[in-house]
Amino acid sequence: MTTLIEAPPSDADGLLPTKKKKSGGGLGQYILIRFLLIFPTIFILVTMVFFLMRITGDPITAAMGGRLPPEQLQQRIHDAGYDRPLPVQYFEYLGQLVTGNFGTTLSDNRQVTEMLATYGSATLELTINALIVALLVGIPFGMIAAHRRDHLPDAVLRVFAILCYATPVFFAGLLLKLTFAVWLGWLPVAGRAKTSSELALTGLQAPTGIYWLDALRSGNMAALGDVMAHAVLPAVALGLLTAGIFLRLVRTNLIGTLGRDYIEAGRSRGVSEFRLVTKHAYKPALIPIITVMGLQIAVMLGGAVLTEKTFEWKGLGFQLANYLTARDFVAVQGIVVLLAVIVAITNFIVDIVAALIDPRVRY
Amino acid sequence: MSTIPPVEAAVHRKAPLLKRLPVISHFNKSVGLQRGMLVVGLVLTGTFLLTAIFAPLLAPYGFAQLSDADGSFPTQQAPGGKHLLGTTVGGYDVLSRVIWGSQTAILVILVAVVLSIFAGVILGLVSGYLGGWLDRILVVVADAIYAFPSLLVAIVMAIVISGGESSLLGGVLAAAISITVVFIPQYFRVIRAETIRLKAEPFVESAKVVGASSIRIMGRHIYRNATRTLPLIFTLNASEAILTLAGLGFLGFGIEPSSAAEWGFDLNKALADTTSGIWWTGVFPGLAIVWTVLGLTLVGESINDLNDPRLRGRKRAGNKGGPDSTAAAQAAISADVRSS
Repeated sequence: MTTLIEAPPSDADGLLPTKKKKSGGGLGQYILIRFLLIFPTIFILVTMVFFLMRITGDPITAAMGGRLPPEQLQQRIHDAGYDRPLPVQYFEYLGQLVTGNFGTTLSDNRQVTEMLATYGSATLELTINALIVALLVGIPFGMIAAHRRDHLPDAVLRVFAILCYATPVFFAGLLLKLTFAVWLGWLPVAGRAKTSSELALTGLQAPTGIYWLDALRSGNMAALGDVMAHAVLPAVALGLLTAGIFLRLVRTNLIGTLGRDYIEAGRSRGVSEFRLVTKHAYKPALIPIITVMGLQIAVMLGGAVLTEKTFEWKGLGFQLANYLTARDFVAVQGIVVLLAVIVAITNFIVDIVAALIDPRVRY
Repeated sequence: MSTIPPVEAAVHRKAPLLKRLPVISHFNKSVGLQRGMLVVGLVLTGTFLLTAIFAPLLAPYGFAQLSDADGSFPTQQAPGGKHLLGTTVGGYDVLSRVIWGSQTAILVILVAVVLSIFAGVILGLVSGYLGGWLDRILVVVADAIYAFPSLLVAIVMAIVISGGESSLLGGVLAAAISITVVFIPQYFRVIRAETIRLKAEPFVESAKVVGASSIRIMGRHIYRNATRTLPLIFTLNASEAILTLAGLGFLGFGIEPSSAAEWGFDLNKALADTTSGIWWTGVFPGLAIVWTVLGLTLVGESINDLNDPRLRGRKRAGNKGGPDSTAAAQAAISADVRSS
């Protein structure tokens, strides 16, 4: 009753059979049902994206229209099979997806899945870095705000949190770039690494694609420093967006827990205020963060698209922005579906982690 | 700590109409820092609205104007002189584009939020009241869209509606409808949960006994009661609509500079300027976005806190932060779902 923000109501609609018989079902059943729910979610999104993108016409006309003579255009549409009835195309598309074929891009003729392998790790790295920034900023500041509630630090931090939300990532990125890269010259303007370190890192055996990890593994300290310097600004730009949300979440929940009886009991025994906040109260306050983190992954992926474009960070989002400009909708559809799969799987993992930590979630 | 003050419903009954208007009643209920936040929010939002309304009078030049009687505008000129906020690489006047941009933003917000309330409320009422397989399908679809990054949904919709091309009014409509699709699930969830709760109320049952049709019960008895939380979601979503519009514009789905001014699109163009130290083309449209979103968020959050007796009660004793806006809507939704 004290947590003001409850777990996301993803299964609160009474759709899950487990919900009905409240006593039954263990963790195993919960995980199984959650796992099975991934498929309808992905299926619905894939279906919607497919039909929506086809309502307006075929991708070849969108990409090449006006640049090719009509007969040639017709020929290419016919060759690609886009003149067949929609249901036929749809089932063929589904069949391809099941076998892991997300399509071939029109503009540069690449496999979408191959693109994931090349650029996915960059997006993953950016998201991890941003998440670290968000946690490093959000949790301690949230604790301070809750501890100094209604005093100056609290007011300042609350305004900071709202500003974090109100600033679009790309504007935050632009300001950071202007200040730290252009004017102060402390950090590089854009990209993931210098060409030299990029070459050194991609030349490694079985690279993970996460540059700092690769640099650490190969012991290449020069490259590590370079990669870190490049990573700071994008991570901060994307991380601050989420940091504001974490800050307020920690604050609200901590205030809730700080009012509980066991805290009062600790205080009466002479436990220091600092220790109460950092040891006693913060653990129960962290549970909602994990569930919200799941929702934030989706927000972060959306934000990653914008951040990558701002900093020319060559990840999936950067590619997506490029393909959007090139009007290559096969590639766009492929990346969107791919991201849908990633989001569905992350939500599944977060649900499981939340259930492991807090038994109340799984009824 | 868990004593919840009783809901002060009686206060609303007899107050004169003026005092019952949403924002005014909230203002009267607020104290201290809470009132400060509401006032700052109202001032920011007010300036935004006024700028949008009086844009033709305020802007020194047209949004697509490249020259005046003295000849063509200089390109990438620093702020000062004839161009207070400088000019862009294409020779547009930055100040004029920032001012005209507010008009685009407000158009998109209005169309987007009205459309999504309309669709979300109808779907929520039907889904919640009729139940059955239709309800299940709608819930699963809404959940699927809700879990997906909203920017990507908006991108897909923008492609569907305009094929990525952006014309005059078409661009505004495309952006608005893209944002609508993102928001429908939120309204849908809230209204559906309320409807399910209200369906069991005695007054609905008596209406049934009297022989009222389903449509009449939904449209008259439930609708009125289920839509009370909407003003809150409206303000929260208005700020999100601006961010989504700017995000689309930044990715190049904005409205062409010759058809209308759009902040996100201008930021996209300004990105290349930053490396050469030209800051005014990006900073001012960006600040306009922050200004507007901040104003709307502050108003929305204040209303949210003041609507919640638990949060408001605490304010009396001091101050208390509301959950962040997305989480606030989330909490509002989950509260509604739980109460069903």
